Amino acid sequence: MSCLEIQNLHISIGDKPIVKGFTLTIASGEVHAVMGPNGTGKSTLAKAIAGHPDYTITSGDVLLDGRSVLAMEADERARAGLFLAFQYPSDIPGVSIANFLRAAVQARLGEGEDLDATAYYKRLYAKMDLLKIDRKFTSRSVNDGFSGGEKKRCEILQMAMLEPRFALMDETDSGLDIDALRIVADGVNAQRGGANSPGILLITHYQRLLDHIVPDHVHVMWDSRIVKSGDKSLALELEAKGYDWVKKEFAAA
Amino acid sequence: MPPTDTLSLPAADTAMANPVAGIDQSSGNFSYPQNYEFDAGTGLSENTVRYISEVKKEAPWILEFRLNALKKFLAMPMPTHWATKDLENINFDKIRYYLSQGQKPKRTWDEVPDDIKKTFERLGIPEQERKFLSGVEAQFDSEAAYSNIKDLVAKQGVIFANSTEALREHPEIFRKFFGKVIPTGDNKFSALNSAVFSGGSFIYVPKGVKVAQPLQAYFRINAENFGQFERTLIIADEGSEVVYMEGCTAPKFSTSTLHSAVVELVALKGAKIQYITVQNWANNVFNLVTKRGVAHEEAEIKWIDCNIGSRLTMKYPGVVLKGRKARGEVLSIALANDGQHQDTGAKMIHAADETTSNIVAKSISVGQGRSTYRGIVHIPRHLKGCRNNTECDALLINTNSRTDTYPAITVRGDRNATQHEASVSKVNEEMIFYMQSRGLTEGQAMSLAVNGFINDLARQFPMEYSVELKRLIDLEMEGSVG
Repeated sequence: MSCLEIQNLHISIGDKPIVKGFTLTIASGEVHAVMGPNGTGKSTLAKAIAGHPDYTITSGDVLLDGRSVLAMEADERARAGLFLAFQYPSDIPGVSIANFLRAAVQARLGEGEDLDATAYYKRLYAKMDLLKIDRKFTSRSVNDGFSGGEKKRCEILQMAMLEPRFALMDETDSGLDIDALRIVADGVNAQRGGANSPGILLITHYQRLLDHIVPDHVHVMWDSRIVKSGDKSLALELEAKGYDWVKKEFAAA
Repeated sequence: MPPTDTLSLPAADTAMANPVAGIDQSSGNFSYPQNYEFDAGTGLSENTVRYISEVKKEAPWILEFRLNALKKFLAMPMPTHWATKDLENINFDKIRYYLSQGQKPKRTWDEVPDDIKKTFERLGIPEQERKFLSGVEAQFDSEAAYSNIKDLVAKQGVIFANSTEALREHPEIFRKFFGKVIPTGDNKFSALNSAVFSGGSFIYVPKGVKVAQPLQAYFRINAENFGQFERTLIIADEGSEVVYMEGCTAPKFSTSTLHSAVVELVALKGAKIQYITVQNWANNVFNLVTKRGVAHEEAEIKWIDCNIGSRLTMKYPGVVLKGRKARGEVLSIALANDGQHQDTGAKMIHAADETTSNIVAKSISVGQGRSTYRGIVHIPRHLKGCRNNTECDALLINTNSRTDTYPAITVRGDRNATQHEASVSKVNEEMIFYMQSRGLTEGQAMSLAVNGFINDLARQFPMEYSVELKRLIDLEMEGSVG
């Protein structure tokens, strides 16, 4: 059982504070949805926790199983078990998905330890079958010329292969039509429930993703922090009443 | 035996004057003390040339050829009106123009000296490949350290020898083609090479013979201030095919080193020559190389050229498309790291109808590294049915790097076609972060981005060379992070 604790996190870009006191604890196997209108710092939160160099954490802490990750580089955090599913994944021309993932898996091995290529491909193909991804997919360059749906499937495949302890999923539903959304959601759901089921922080502003990935907890973010938490019914309430409701209720507070 | 006193330094004095053992090997480079049997001393004069020729027991016509070249070299100006002024920093008086270990080429792996084996080990060549390497001709300094593949190909009538040996044993073929593709006075450095050349390969493939395995040579510079001037001549007779590969690595030294090779290829009617270079010079080496081939009717010459390292590389492999339907190709990869300038490109001279040429050049500039593409495509008016394709892609890693493209494409007449594409891209912070967020270090991320950029070219390389190239890029990128 793992635990990701985000403690009173304050994040700035340059001199500008973006997130002002975000607190949340996620246990492995749990799915926490963070909802909120544009500009409340949801994506900033995900990137800062993953270790993006443009974001400065001015106070607070992020603990992975009790150990602060803030002094770690992005790659160390990844190897420690954090995974960020990007809203806009970068393309890497000339590097196939299979080779990229192989490098990522190799990076997790100890010094002098060599990747067992046969076992790797066996596992890769098993994951692809699970996610209903065509074999040809992994010979394509990472995200290069991909449709929105393909990019997100590529993210989910990476998550499945790297088996993180915690996944930060940033607007995974953006740019997807309803069919693509279902496929991606199925991919995430396929990774839930097992013994190694990751804790998931699901960032979205639409309820519709939550029809497919049913969260254990829903948090509403407003003005750079969590203002309301509840179960999945909170998402439905938010959908019905709109973000104006949140604005009215919490603007004064 | 040496003709003058100034050139007859005994080996021990040489070692004192030029303490090879005192070199700093801590920077990840390597060098092993070697006792040179013959040494022409530093500086270049008629005596130096005479000394080299005498040590090599050359025929009088070769000495004459060398002396004539020396005159041309001394008379020609540096090409600094279009090239970098850094050329002016070469101090020709401090260069050692000839060294020889005085050993005969080795035939078997067991006969290869241990320190040479150690170098292959440092180069990271796996056990299986080391066995394979017993079929490789490795040039240690001026002479070939060993070679035995030549016995194998000799059964097909192929002559594969170092150029010194070939001049002695096959003067009739050598002389007919030698210096014809690249005349002595082609440029200042081809003249220099013609004066002091030593080592390099000579290959003659008889009519219709297809050499199954690639012929290989490893070159390495291993003495301070020592310039390496190898001379390679490959002749593929009608309908024959041959692949030649050279890999270059050099230890790092504190003073500048000059490497100035001349490589001439002749592909007679319907023949195919592929010449592959993967080189990694230390970053104090001036690498000024002239490479050119002549492709006769329906012949094909393909240069695959990877330039990593060196202080300054100037190299523009060329093909003169002399016969109808001849084809020429240059695939080139250049990586310029901090303090390095890769000035590379290609020349395609169309001189017959229906000739085609293809140039794909990719350059990577890291830190303060600078890449220049310089190309010439020439298709005169009277020809018809000629085609050229030129693609130049540059990748910049961080904002200080510089890249320039100077394509000179002259296509005259309305019966010929050319297309030219150029692109410049950057490895951006988002891409690196994306890869880091998957657990790759910054260095690994950069390597992957660079390997991806050259991937479509590297795929055309023989397996072991693309693996070596990837390893070299990994090493380069490791040091560029921070």
